[in-house]
Amino acid sequence: MHVRLEARPEPSRLMRWLSPLFAVAATLVVGFVLFAGLGKNPLEAFEVFFIKPVESLYGVSELLLKASPLMLCAIGLAAGYRANVWNIGAEGQLTLGALCGGGVALALQDSGGAWVLPLMLVAGAAGGMAWAAIPAWLKTRFNANEILVSLMLVYVATLLLSLLVHGPWRDPEGFNFPQSKTFADVALLPNLLPETRLNIGFLLALAVVAVAWLFMRRSLVGFQMRVAGLAPDAANYAGVSARRTVWLGMLIGGATAGVAGVNEAAGPIGQLLPVMSPGYGFAAIIVAFVGRLHPFGILLSSLLMSLLYLGGEAAQINLALPSAVTGLFQGTLLFFLLAADVLINFRLRVARSAPPAIHAGRATACKGA
Amino acid sequence: MELVATLFALTLAAGTPLVLAAIGELVTERAGVLNLGVEGMMLVGAVAAFIVAATTQLPWLGVAAGMAAAAALSLVFAFLTLTLMANQVATGLALSLFGIGVSAFAGQHYVSMVIDGIKPLSVAGLSDLPFFGKLLFAHSPFVYLSLAVVASVQWFLFHTRAGLIVRAVGESPDSAHAIGYRVIAIRYAAVVFGGACAGLAGGYLATAYTPQWSEGMTAGRGWIALALVVFGTWKPWRMLAGAYLFGAVTLAQFQAQAMGVALPSQLLSMLPYLATIIVLTIISRDALTIRLNAPASLGRPYHPEA
Repeated sequence: MHVRLEARPEPSRLMRWLSPLFAVAATLVVGFVLFAGLGKNPLEAFEVFFIKPVESLYGVSELLLKASPLMLCAIGLAAGYRANVWNIGAEGQLTLGALCGGGVALALQDSGGAWVLPLMLVAGAAGGMAWAAIPAWLKTRFNANEILVSLMLVYVATLLLSLLVHGPWRDPEGFNFPQSKTFADVALLPNLLPETRLNIGFLLALAVVAVAWLFMRRSLVGFQMRVAGLAPDAANYAGVSARRTVWLGMLIGGATAGVAGVNEAAGPIGQLLPVMSPGYGFAAIIVAFVGRLHPFGILLSSLLMSLLYLGGEAAQINLALPSAVTGLFQGTLLFFLLAADVLINFRLRVARSAPPAIHAGRATACKGA
Repeated sequence: MELVATLFALTLAAGTPLVLAAIGELVTERAGVLNLGVEGMMLVGAVAAFIVAATTQLPWLGVAAGMAAAAALSLVFAFLTLTLMANQVATGLALSLFGIGVSAFAGQHYVSMVIDGIKPLSVAGLSDLPFFGKLLFAHSPFVYLSLAVVASVQWFLFHTRAGLIVRAVGESPDSAHAIGYRVIAIRYAAVVFGGACAGLAGGYLATAYTPQWSEGMTAGRGWIALALVVFGTWKPWRMLAGAYLFGAVTLAQFQAQAMGVALPSQLLSMLPYLATIIVLTIISRDALTIRLNAPASLGRPYHPEA
């Protein structure tokens, strides 16, 4: 008996969409074993983790609320990943978005109208884009690796926000806590559902998903970006500027992450704190991959990831498990997804003996295809 | 003069985790594999080292456990990228995210605990020498260990046949395969070596540098180590120089704080990250140098049959 991988002549479309389901199933199995290993009844734990949080209308509203920043960040990252632009600094771009949007809110604390919120969103998007422009510029001008630069800037962004919130932007009546004043009402996103925290930021996120779909699927620039990701040489030959691809991939990610930051500041938080996100920008990387870098896939996977956050909180309260279990599940999910993805390009063949040498010719044919 | 020796010692102490993590990644990359999971492996190494050290009171056993845990994690990466041919960038990111989560999960009960860590060397007679004692004979054992590892890797890669094979696998896996070398097996070994080194770096942080565990205690050192490999253009000694440069930057930050420089602490804390960006930019500016020095197959999946 000998299991080996055989290249498919064409990538399997079916497997592209089945592999996330395999990954979710395998993650659940790991969760089952983990809960059992920790001495909890796995079925009860599953109920607490995955069902209880969304049993009530309030629970569902929280699910949508937490899905919004994930969706926003992931959609922007996916645009870059499609083009082989590896922006992993969405967390920093989100922070800068919150900082800029929140800065506008604080500056207009007493003299605002209905135009304050749009202005905050524009400022947030601009802040996120500015932060993403640094790796884009260093990449296109100096060839510096965008993965490392964008990641380093996450730390810088967090420190920058911490600096402001501990210093000039600290609320003088806040008992010396590192937090800004709470935003004026005009600077808060209007609620969608009474008695919940769900706000129109969610609709905004949905709108961005729709626009992203149109852009990537129906526009020439989106097409060029996808080609640049799939076949850089072909794109180059066709006259697609690699420089522009990097800039676009980075700036789109920065803009959506910046908007996500404003959503958090003007939504559930309502002020600026030293830390504005429990790692949404990093979790969004997983959301983007699990959603197959496709806008509607991302919509679904952001809901799944949001449920993992809610489940982690519930598990902390009801099962006395650390909320870090969320991070554990997130990482495991991505591992299984990447493992299952092998089935897109390869199929498993079970042979009774070692493969004979004749495969060489066939393999060459596959490589050409 | 004493101050110079002290600053020198502190620089080495701060640079050593970077040296250890980066030398492992250097070997991994020389074999053509880009593992972006260094941060995650370091954290897992740190938490495993701390837990074992705290329960057994044997810090060196903890360090060994940290190396084993990080090596095991790197094996997962190797299986995904080498056997299943998953995208190395995505898998490396997954490894980092997973490592952050799993270390926070495993270490939750150990957060405020303090252990009796691994002390700096103290050689009777030598360590107490004025100036030279402090300069040469009173560092943490990890400092000497890391230097030995760097020297060994330099010798291995450039002066042994096995090292030549590793480099050949990184430059041209097809040719190496055609000659009859087992590309995948060699890459597995290189990845696991990288994992063990990252675990050693994490173990140093958690049992010697700051003998305690806190969530995300590596503070981006794994990512800085990745940048250092590029900075060193995949050469061990240059990488070592870069790591100590960063040790000095970290130190400058603490010294400035201690001397009461009128800058907010957050600005000073940004220094290592900004320095990473600047250094990376300066070294990458010359695209030709990078292309000539980077292993040619770096980051590309390899399937012997396809």
